[in-house]
Amino acid sequence: MKDTLGDRIMMLFIYSFLILLAVSTLYPFLNALAVSFNQGLDTSKGGVTLWPRVFTLENYKVVFKDDRLMSGFFISVLRTIIGTASAILCTAIFSYGMSKKELMGRKYYMVMCIITMYFGGGLIPTFMLIRNLGLMNSFWVFIIPSLIGVWNMIIFRTFFQGLPNGLEESAKIDGCGNWGTLFRIVLPLSGPVIATLALFTAVYHWNEWFLAGIYISDQNKYPIQTILRQILLSNIVSEQGGGGLDASSLAHMQRAKTITSKSLSMATMIVATLPIICVYPFVQKYFVKGVLVGSLKE
Amino acid sequence: MTQLSVSKPVETPGKKPNGVQRFFKQIDLQLMVIPALILIFIFSYIPMYGILMAFQDYKIGRSFSSSPWVGLKHFTYFFHAPEFKTVMRNTIVISFLKFLIGFPAPIVLALMLNEVRKMAFKRVVQTITYLPHFMSWVILGGLVSALLAVDNGSINMLLEKLSFIDKPINFLSLPQYFWGILVTTNVWKEIGFGSIVYLAAIAGVDPNTYEAASIDGASRFKQIYLITLPSIMPVVSIFMILAIGNLLSAGFEDILILAANPAIRDVSDVLDTYVVRVGIDNYRYSYATAVGVFKAVVSVGLLSLANFIARRSGNSLW
Repeated sequence: MKDTLGDRIMMLFIYSFLILLAVSTLYPFLNALAVSFNQGLDTSKGGVTLWPRVFTLENYKVVFKDDRLMSGFFISVLRTIIGTASAILCTAIFSYGMSKKELMGRKYYMVMCIITMYFGGGLIPTFMLIRNLGLMNSFWVFIIPSLIGVWNMIIFRTFFQGLPNGLEESAKIDGCGNWGTLFRIVLPLSGPVIATLALFTAVYHWNEWFLAGIYISDQNKYPIQTILRQILLSNIVSEQGGGGLDASSLAHMQRAKTITSKSLSMATMIVATLPIICVYPFVQKYFVKGVLVGSLKE
Repeated sequence: MTQLSVSKPVETPGKKPNGVQRFFKQIDLQLMVIPALILIFIFSYIPMYGILMAFQDYKIGRSFSSSPWVGLKHFTYFFHAPEFKTVMRNTIVISFLKFLIGFPAPIVLALMLNEVRKMAFKRVVQTITYLPHFMSWVILGGLVSALLAVDNGSINMLLEKLSFIDKPINFLSLPQYFWGILVTTNVWKEIGFGSIVYLAAIAGVDPNTYEAASIDGASRFKQIYLITLPSIMPVVSIFMILAIGNLLSAGFEDILILAANPAIRDVSDVLDTYVVRVGIDNYRYSYATAVGVFKAVVSVGLLSLANFIARRSGNSLW
């Protein structure tokens, strides 16, 4: 079939729109990258777009020497690893139990879970609960409240129920209990679904900044995103910059007059984005699958 | 053949053990779910009970049960507060703008991507447009404010070079630009990721239909309009119901980040950010909870309404 003139005009429009969209998505990241590698003083003269004009590593040197930023980075890494591993493990165990038809009270348990998907206490009551539990200002406030995800449970459960029955039967005959079957037979077969859910959980933990800001009062315990938010905020409000950095970095900034708060915050942003960019190409096939699993349930 | 297959477990009839016995017989199974249910109870149900605070005068240091009941005082107070009008207007305008533009955008993108015949190009566009979904609003907000900055932001530089403007505009501190920036940024973040579901739905359309249509002389545009779009309507309507239920969630992180400048509070303050400000920053717990409850009640109403409409068209959620 030959395309008509109208079809060709439409295709031209589609291709140019898609190229424009891709460029406008990529440009801000590339611009931030260029600024982070460019000398700060030179950046403020303007005109830096895609490539650094006066190449330097000094912005990154300051970032990597800043104790607060580095400890924030470390806390974020720790939170992401522990938070993801524990949430996936606990939710998997929970879901396996919920996938068993012989589980007594299963219907009631399910109703109890589903209600939480539509109703919640909201910000303030949750905040008060966290305070009463003594979780304020503790690292565990990142981990414990998000151990069980109802949405993830439903996805896990659907997957478990789809596994062939015979597998578990034969494990039972070989003397495996429910726990043994879960860990020796079921979980090793659940690679794709674990990868998908772990990906989304990890992204959540890495990106979460707001709750950390209200639950943690000691700024030395902030994850990197919350620190970054403070730095950017102080840039906007005071235009003096450096508000989120520790004293030695400020001193360093003043000594090296070539570093500006803008170049520093761009370098910090790149550092905070890097882990996601690094794993992104490898996990793309999983998240496409994950979205589909999730929407199937809807 | 029949001997090899594993038989399904049959519930043994006979005398039924009572509930408690049965429970302890499957205690290993119960132990898998009970700790999780306790966590759900603590972190989801206790805060629901905390909603009662909206009808009390809760003060810090006082216990929950000894706080005096005040009925609907906080609700009436909110309805008469000077901020009420602005907050409601912003919430409604922002959420409707987001819905109006943000909802169809991924569908249009999916339809466009589906027309692309060069697979490598399609994959590259997808990879790039999915990316912002995985970034936090802190990062995206930083990128946006760098782009729009007065001193050498790329947008200002571009506009100046094209001589649309004489001097740089401080976009993020001028109220008239805020809604546009907010909605654009949101669409930009989610358009690619949102298209995944629709692309999958499109992939399920029988290719023979297109072939038949093109033999009948339907142009590509007509095929999109008459075949692709109707085929994905069920998916579209389900997502539309969910989106309507979320209408009052005008956004939260994005507004907190992009409206960092208090100068534009008049156009940026929505229910969720208002709750944070009066609750967390000003310690007015009971009042903030009441505002949250108000929002939840209206949201449930909207969701039911959307579902009611959808049920009449045959695509209900429940």
